Amino acid sequence: MDANGFYGNWGGAYIPEVLHQTFQELKLEYARCRKDPAFWEEYLTLMSTYSCRPTPLTHAENLTRHFGGAQIYIKREDLNHTGAHKANNVMGQGLLVKRMGKKRVIAETGAGQHGMATATMAAKFGLECTIYMGEEDVLRQRPNVFWMEKMGATVVPVKDGSRTLKDAINEAFRDWVTNVDDTHYVFGTACGPAPFPEMVSWFQSIIGIEAAEQIVKYHGKMPRKIYACVGGGSNAMGIFKRFMDEDNVELVGIEAGGHGADSGAHAIRLSSSDASPGVAQGYKTMFLQDEDGQMKHTHSVAAGLDYVGVSPILTSLWEEKKVRFDSATDDEVMQALDITMKMEGIIPALESSHAFAGAFREVGNLSPDDAIIINQSGRGDKDIFTIAHAFEDPSWKEFIIERGKEYSQK
Amino acid sequence: MQLEEQLRKQLETKDILLMTHIVLGYPSLDVNREVIRQMVDNGVDCIEMQIPFSEPMADGPVILKANQDALAEGMKVNDCFTFAQEITQEHDIPFLFMTYYNIIFKYGEEAFFKRAAEIGMKGFIVPDLPPEMGKTFLALADKYNLAPILIFTPTSTDERMQELATHGRGFIYCVARRGVTGKKSEFGDDFEDYLGRCRKATRLPLAVGFGIQSKEDIDVLKGKADMAVIGSRTIKLVESDGADAVGPFIAGLR
Repeated sequence: MDANGFYGNWGGAYIPEVLHQTFQELKLEYARCRKDPAFWEEYLTLMSTYSCRPTPLTHAENLTRHFGGAQIYIKREDLNHTGAHKANNVMGQGLLVKRMGKKRVIAETGAGQHGMATATMAAKFGLECTIYMGEEDVLRQRPNVFWMEKMGATVVPVKDGSRTLKDAINEAFRDWVTNVDDTHYVFGTACGPAPFPEMVSWFQSIIGIEAAEQIVKYHGKMPRKIYACVGGGSNAMGIFKRFMDEDNVELVGIEAGGHGADSGAHAIRLSSSDASPGVAQGYKTMFLQDEDGQMKHTHSVAAGLDYVGVSPILTSLWEEKKVRFDSATDDEVMQALDITMKMEGIIPALESSHAFAGAFREVGNLSPDDAIIINQSGRGDKDIFTIAHAFEDPSWKEFIIERGKEYSQK
Repeated sequence: MQLEEQLRKQLETKDILLMTHIVLGYPSLDVNREVIRQMVDNGVDCIEMQIPFSEPMADGPVILKANQDALAEGMKVNDCFTFAQEITQEHDIPFLFMTYYNIIFKYGEEAFFKRAAEIGMKGFIVPDLPPEMGKTFLALADKYNLAPILIFTPTSTDERMQELATHGRGFIYCVARRGVTGKKSEFGDDFEDYLGRCRKATRLPLAVGFGIQSKEDIDVLKGKADMAVIGSRTIKLVESDGADAVGPFIAGLR
């Protein structure tokens, strides 16, 4: 990152002037934390005592046998507290908030996992908490909304624009410019104005640091390929960072193919030609936008990938060809999820299932002497309504109808 | 004539100037045309015309909705230019474009400046472009003699204000409070201190905006600021009472 927050042509900090001073303070405190080994130690202790770090690396023997190629390993971020990699970033920023002495945190959330993690952190650290969530995502991720509220957070459904993640980000910024003195915005992904992309990637880098040690222990050498789903890009940055300079480790980001690359209903920023350079939400990256620069509607079965932009660090790595990007459609994702549940007894989140789908396409072409790692960024049980709906599960439908009757009678 | 010169000339005969805001295409260009006519006829000194953007991060609910509705009705950047050209020919006061940086970036910075200069625009307000991010933008503003309007806020330090002032032309837009557009501002002692700091940091005229809604608000600003900015208030007025209500409202402000 250069002094103005750019990675090559991408990134920067396109912020309203009212936030200038707060960003100066944030950059200063972040730089202090980076230099202070005690900060990272405190972070590791917190993550190993409050959460389940290090998370396991699971050898998926049945899937490996089924596809008949490289050994498949799964990095189990689903076993992190609150059920996803999101907690890594949030707890780190929580420690930063304590240092800065702010009393209130706000966050945007798409899938609800980042909101969940932020509400959890706020409860633990005794902070006030408001979560902005697109109205459409509130409907898609009802269980997470329930838990956030139970932990004392206020969840605000955002009714503007496409009513998804980008609109929640705009609304969180509007809150921040109003309450800048006592409030920190816990940005959820490796996007937004600098220093967020780098700071979030730093906290998430714990995933790759653990995975590198684990794969060498179990497999005896580095993996050939690493797969991660890419919405904003924080879980991908988290697992990729440690392997960036390893020879012969290919890093693969899987974007949300939605109804297909030609359908217009997807969230493919880097692995199709639909996106173009733009500046929004505080940073410069490849955006899905029209010829006037108006953001387009995106679609994915996974709320957490349904986003118009992507981490400027990933865009820079894409341009330098250091990370390869591909996409998986909603249908492929449901198939990958189905086979993973049946063969391994593991339920990946719909977001993470994109990484599985991308890996399953290619793993058969590799030798059994090789290994791949799939980053399971989160657990799928939060998606029970969406998954049950997508599978058109008859007994689930019956249950919902019965429960609905029960409630409407009271 | 350059923007600052034009405003200074107006200040010779008025104790405070008025700038107003419209969102292009909301509710329609026809209504915009009528609202502008009423504003100019009733003594408005400068008008910012907002080119709608899908992600207006610094705007509150009223202007946010106006942006969305204008885009939903199919408003294009090209339509904004065509309309602005007609307006600058029709009326004598200075007109500015207000928009977010992506609109300019996507159009092509130089092409945008060139066309804006050709049709007689006087400057730009771009709330998500701090000078650190706008090096080429500021250079082009110089080249095409268009005023980049920089923004002071209550959170700006004295050093920051001085830094911003070196890049600003035309006037400085002083945001009256933290937050987004459209909510009422309180003008207490802190506000007086703030305006004093603004005045010390620059010799450019000071415009004060965000939450200015009435004659009382404007009276408070007299002698302390050079221009009052009315934004969301007239948009709401057009929504509730129609374009014809704008003239009498403006006439009653000074």
